[in-house]
Amino acid sequence: MVSDDDVERLYRKLKEDAESAGYHLNPDRSFVMGIVRGLLTNKERFGYMACPCRLPSGVREEDLDIICPCDYRDQDLTEYGACYCALYVSERVAKGLDELRPVPERRGSKPSPQKQTGEAKITGLSKPVWRCRVCGYLCARDEPPEVCPICKASRERFERFM
Amino acid sequence: MGKVHVDGQDAGDVTLYALSTCMWCKKTRDLLSKLGVGHDYVYVDLTSGAERAGLIDELRRFNPDLTFPTLVVNGKVIIGYREKEIKSALGVM
Repeated sequence: MVSDDDVERLYRKLKEDAESAGYHLNPDRSFVMGIVRGLLTNKERFGYMACPCRLPSGVREEDLDIICPCDYRDQDLTEYGACYCALYVSERVAKGLDELRPVPERRGSKPSPQKQTGEAKITGLSKPVWRCRVCGYLCARDEPPEVCPICKASRERFERFM
Repeated sequence: MGKVHVDGQDAGDVTLYALSTCMWCKKTRDLLSKLGVGHDYVYVDLTSGAERAGLIDELRRFNPDLTFPTLVVNGKVIIGYREKEIKSALGVM
């Protein structure tokens, strides 16, 4: 069972991480606490924090794109002012300037924006360039970082960009 | 855990396909309770095996994307928490 302390702890961490990277948690605290509890429930069930508003397969490799923050968050923030769950919201929604509205499911319907059609044809780089599928962070190094310094996604969420 | 019936005012066949971890599903359940409408709900994530497969087949007929919450009111399908649409389908304002 997920304890209230665990929920509070993860809430604080997500809020701090979000704010330090220019993201915003939904200001509706009790709503967000419910989402955080869902994330921790999924972590207990599957070993990873699958999106609580989607039905995970339970196989990590198949669910990588919906491990929170999901691959679709940033596009949904831009287009709808919130991620699919409304855990993350745009600055305008956070400030109460825009209202929350339902976010249609982006997963599966169109080709994932993260699936690159091919690496850019730039040669002669001294290091490969890696792209975080969640937030678009780029870095040039031999291997991707263990954790994205911007959105905290794990190494397996990176793809070779150049 | 399969479908659970919640007693209330008769609005016909009202079924909510939901996830136990999803706050929009919770808001939909809370709205149905607040309106006092009799309905069935099921937490698909708490099912497994043949029961899960049966529910997924059933849901796919209403919502091929298999997203939650999906509310079916006498054949009318409402995907996501849409308070106005839900109230209008239930004939309450």
